Amino acid sequence: MKTYIAQRLGIGLVTLFGMSVVIFLLLRLAPGNIVDILFSTGGYVNPAERAAIERELGLDRPLWAQYVEWMGQLAVGNLGKSYRYDLPAWEIIRPLVPVTLELAMLSLIISVVLGVPLGVISAVRQDTRLDYVLRVFSLAGLSMPSFWLGMVIILGLVAWIGWIPPVTYVRMSENFWLHAVQFMLPALAVGYRSSALIMRITRSSLLEVLREDYVRTAWAKGQTRRAVIWRHALKNAILPVVTVIGIEFAFLIGGLVVTETVFNLPGLARFLVQAILWRDYPIVQNLVMFIAVVVILSNLLVDMLYGVLDPRVRYGS
Amino acid sequence: MAASPLGVGTTAVLPARRPQPGAWTTLVRFSRKKPLGAAGGVIMLVILLTAVFADQLQTYDPIATDAAQSLAPPSWEHWLGSDHLGRDIYSRIVHGARVSLLVGVASTLMGSVLGGIIGLLSAYVGGKTDLITQRFMDILQGLPLLVLALVMSAALGPSIGNVILAISIPIIPRAARVIRASVLTIREMQYVEAARAIGLRHLRIAFRHILPNTMGPFIVLATAQLGGAILVEAALSFLGVGVPEPYPSWGRMLSVSAAEYAQKAPWLVLFPGVAISLAVFGSNLLGDALRDTLDPRLRGA
Repeated sequence: MKTYIAQRLGIGLVTLFGMSVVIFLLLRLAPGNIVDILFSTGGYVNPAERAAIERELGLDRPLWAQYVEWMGQLAVGNLGKSYRYDLPAWEIIRPLVPVTLELAMLSLIISVVLGVPLGVISAVRQDTRLDYVLRVFSLAGLSMPSFWLGMVIILGLVAWIGWIPPVTYVRMSENFWLHAVQFMLPALAVGYRSSALIMRITRSSLLEVLREDYVRTAWAKGQTRRAVIWRHALKNAILPVVTVIGIEFAFLIGGLVVTETVFNLPGLARFLVQAILWRDYPIVQNLVMFIAVVVILSNLLVDMLYGVLDPRVRYGS
Repeated sequence: MAASPLGVGTTAVLPARRPQPGAWTTLVRFSRKKPLGAAGGVIMLVILLTAVFADQLQTYDPIATDAAQSLAPPSWEHWLGSDHLGRDIYSRIVHGARVSLLVGVASTLMGSVLGGIIGLLSAYVGGKTDLITQRFMDILQGLPLLVLALVMSAALGPSIGNVILAISIPIIPRAARVIRASVLTIREMQYVEAARAIGLRHLRIAFRHILPNTMGPFIVLATAQLGGAILVEAALSFLGVGVPEPYPSWGRMLSVSAAEYAQKAPWLVLFPGVAISLAVFGSNLLGDALRDTLDPRLRGA
């Protein structure tokens, strides 16, 4: 088990290293840097001034030197300075993290609470009208862009109850209920989509398990329907569901890129978009690395959970 | 019964080959067994025809502005209303089908074919090559699809070609993984051993003998990715790093300007979103049905 985790972490580190090279080069290949963007709004370009700023930001040095510096800084926990705001990147990123994490956790909870029971119902009532309705409902969730769904939810609220959600971010300490509503709406929009995936996997996984001998035995023993389905069958059917939840958590962060923009929430994902457009290298690089770390760790966590949920799973080389 | 070299009537033992059903019969059988899948096929066909005949279906020039018609509600003149610049929404949606389908299909094809070839060679060669390829695929998969596409798209600059590239790259590792898994089992089959025994070259075995047997998973994979690709294109265009002006793209129709006028003119938001959802819904329905038919092991997954 310990060697397994060490092995996985090692592979994760290699992946992160590769990722850092890819992101670094991608950003440098992009046409224009922050200086161009600063000057494009000013109109006039003074070459001397331009060179001065580039020197100050270290953009005039060879690529490998810039990369080595970034890695060196990262190794000692220094995320560098934002080009655009001239503030330490960590100071800018820190307040954004809880917003995105809260949104991601809420969406994940909604998707599980919605997806697992609906998947169970759909499987138990296989090929009935209810099953068809639920399957179309889940496919619809997979088909709608979550940012559009968010816009429609806002429009609907305005049209039907004349209530406009707050356009600026409300802290939890300021007004709990307003804060809750502000997060619930985007979480619903994003969670619906993920719930669709979870529902589908729950359905198919449970259908398979329901055909197994031990389930028939449970029926034959005269167990109640509830006990057979929720206690006996679901326990074994939940494993693939956990995998999908793990994958979804990483995916959610991707979905939040657009949703945070629509709902005007000051989270990581929305800030990433702006930083990319500004060519604010330190912010983009470190945010992308952060997301990658989250993805890798959540994958690892899921694999660990396997062992807890299913004693048959053994970790070996 | 002609005397065979072995003195046994081998030819007689072979069952008569059943005639292959025609394309039409296959289609009818498919839609009878999979009504939802057939509905998805019809939706996709309608969108394809819309894209092809966009010039004939439009009622206005999709990029012509008309200040007098700014934010006109749906009416006989403007079926689905008009936007803040007075451009006809219906005509823009009809033309947007071109962009969505082109970007969706092209990026899906590019990503799945490249990924498929990588998966095929990686699994066939095996050993260290396979291991190293896997690590590269890990890197590409270490980011959510949208985040990678976003960074790529912003880095490459706005153009249709670049958007296609940006969306296809994150598809590569997903395709490679699926094809690799299926090649790993096919590689061990006896007919491959036989091909090797008669001295065929490796590339020929990989592409002529193994590749055709991965077509099932490949088609399943590609149709499953198509809906996702359309969604990513919409998101990128919405964020302003996707398909550039003047092409009308469904995603961009929803962007800043639409959000600004949404309260006054909800049709700006409603119709392009419905178009996106319908296209993705259609490809999802079709993809599900194809998967059930071509790859029964993945049923319902």
